[in-house]
Amino acid sequence: MLMLIGSLITLIGSIFLFLGALGILRMPDVYNRMQAGTKATTLGTILFLAGLALGYSHCTCWPRILTLILFIVFTNPISSHALARAAHHIGINLTEKSVTDKLAEDEAENGEKL
Amino acid sequence: MITIIVIVLGLIMIIAAFLAIYQKNLVAAVISAGVISLLASILYLLLAAPDVAMTEAAIGSGLTTVVFLYAISKIKKKDGE
Amino acid sequence: MAEIIYNISAIIALAGMIIALYRMVKGPSIADKAIALDVMTIISISLIVYIAAISQKIIYTDVALVYALISFIGVIAIARYLERGL
Repeated sequence: MLMLIGSLITLIGSIFLFLGALGILRMPDVYNRMQAGTKATTLGTILFLAGLALGYSHCTCWPRILTLILFIVFTNPISSHALARAAHHIGINLTEKSVTDKLAEDEAENGEKL
Repeated sequence: MITIIVIVLGLIMIIAAFLAIYQKNLVAAVISAGVISLLASILYLLLAAPDVAMTEAAIGSGLTTVVFLYAISKIKKKDGE
Repeated sequence: MAEIIYNISAIIALAGMIIALYRMVKGPSIADKAIALDVMTIISISLIVYIAAISQKIIYTDVALVYALISFIGVIAIARYLERGL
């Protein structure tokens, strides 16, 4: 019974992973792709690993999986933030439909690169 | 099941190898080489060699990427002067 | 029953990896390729833990742990190179 619940959680997580990859394919510009490819895959990985730890709890690998989940939660937003900042710094344009760009406004106001 | 994973990972590795050879941009080629060692690490794991997989992940994907990027930035700095 | 659902989940994750490879082949800028590398890393960490669970070997999860650490350093290095040179 526990294994069935874990497998369903893993299935939901893998669907989130697939949707994150689909967002990378379909979104129109770098920043939208980054948002789809980081948020959705973080949630998908958490669900995937939690389902595996729940279903195979008799092999006692859940402490390492818990450490892995904590590590992914901490590091994935940091790398996404660094990539977004670098993409804005080398001057990749936003898509036409986007409304505002606060970082460019702040840089124009201060007169220097932040 | 394991067979499907091995076949798909091998095909992705071949595509990434062609990408790493025929691309003009150097940084993109370095990223493609990183993908190759990423998937090679999973294949080593499937062949029941976790120590080799750990070494491949640490050196092939981490250290090689950083060293290549350092060399490319040194070359560009020298070209600019 | 549960093992079949686990196998289907792994196949869906592999399909996501193929889609990310398409973005890596086509992507117009370097940042697109770096995002595709990030997503492929995340999916392959999931696959490594799946292999460790179905083969009942605890030591395989250590590879996933090392992989998460190292790939984070790689993506940070790419971002720093794009921003101001390493």
